Amino acid sequence: MSNHNETQNDSATTWGGKVSPFSTSYGKLMMWFFLVSDALTFGGLLIAYGFTRHACQVAWPIGEETFNSLPFLGHGYPLLYVALMTFILIVSSVTMVLAVEAGHRMDKKGVQKWMLATIVGGLFFVGSQAWEWYHFIHGSEFGKIELADGSKAIVKGHFGEIKDFTVVEAGKHHHKGAVIKDDLLHQFHHAIEHGKLKNDTITLHDGSKALVHRAKDEHVVLVIKEDGLKYKTGQHVDKGADKIYHEVINSGTPHRVIYGANLKVNEYGPTQYAQFFFFITGFHGFHVFSGVVFNFLIFLKVVEGRYHRRGHYEMVEKTGLYWHFVDLVWVFVFTFFYLV
Amino acid sequence: MERDDIIEYSLDTHHDEATGVQLRKKIWKVTALLTIITIVEVALGAFIKQSSTLWELVKWSFIALTLVKAAYIVLIFMHLGDEKKTLKYVILLPYFIFIVYLIFILITEGNAVSAALKAIGF
Repeated sequence: MSNHNETQNDSATTWGGKVSPFSTSYGKLMMWFFLVSDALTFGGLLIAYGFTRHACQVAWPIGEETFNSLPFLGHGYPLLYVALMTFILIVSSVTMVLAVEAGHRMDKKGVQKWMLATIVGGLFFVGSQAWEWYHFIHGSEFGKIELADGSKAIVKGHFGEIKDFTVVEAGKHHHKGAVIKDDLLHQFHHAIEHGKLKNDTITLHDGSKALVHRAKDEHVVLVIKEDGLKYKTGQHVDKGADKIYHEVINSGTPHRVIYGANLKVNEYGPTQYAQFFFFITGFHGFHVFSGVVFNFLIFLKVVEGRYHRRGHYEMVEKTGLYWHFVDLVWVFVFTFFYLV
Repeated sequence: MERDDIIEYSLDTHHDEATGVQLRKKIWKVTALLTIITIVEVALGAFIKQSSTLWELVKWSFIALTLVKAAYIVLIFMHLGDEKKTLKYVILLPYFIFIVYLIFILITEGNAVSAALKAIGF
């Protein structure tokens, strides 16, 4: 595209040390070197993830089972949201190339327009990632359960809606007969995790006991993820699955049901899975965030006209290189975390 | 201060409107291609489950498509395809050597650890 190689190349300049062996400016070269090292970091992280996955003894989570929610629409849309995120990031990479191209024509207005579009795309992506993390941390409505034979299973189906709690035994805050309608799912999950649900009676924070009114779960299927005495990994249990599920959550034993994810346990699979998820997507998200900040700073200087006075828009090119790199890393994260 | 000891390579990259039209056409073409690849990937992932016999094939096509996407981003969007050959290889060779090696050695090791754990009945 450019005419790098036509730059004066007589013996005086060559031997005088005036020529870059790469025919590129110092700043761009240093950005490339930084990206080479940063890519090795991400490469190391992803390969460590691969090692752990291959060494792991229990079933590794499947992307389309873990990530199947859409904002406002709930569950049942495997990978659609992350596909949208990927698309947004690719498009913001495209707008960045267009900004660089406009810069080569000294078209200040064009650079402004496309850089602004890039920044908006980047913000969208960071916001989507925050949503994705929120969902990952809070988890599904059903959670992962431990069956009577010691096997562990994730649950698919339609979760029966919780209508209310009716207090049957007064505690510090609630009097007998009170009907609680707020924050139901959260309290329900919390109680089950701590073994405080028995015979559909929940023990609340203040010590009061309440009867849970919940609709029946429908189309329940248990997918076994860890072997037990009776069920083996990969098995689908649908006959009487709603009864088994009901029994488990009403067992009154703590830690038989896990909801969402933290650094110690998660409902999706082995502990390391969530640890790698948090670390790698977090590290990438931090890169995206910094990229948005860099782009914004450069954008301000474009608006101010600094690069126009300088005679070239190379700074846009450099921050562009970084931005494309962020997109590049995501392409790999997308494949190895969500697809395979 | 004006410096005369360095060549301003950044000034060489300017082009006119006619070239710009061509370049933009190329950019939009690559955009369409990357979008189609992403759609194909998600469709494959949604319709072919990991329990399917086709899964091995699908898995490797995911990896191949990822490399195609990566190549387009690096060579076209990051303009590495337009840089001098020396620069291109200084940047790409470390990956062809070290990352490929690291993938090979750690996946092999991972499988060996898994087999060892199984052998002692973990």
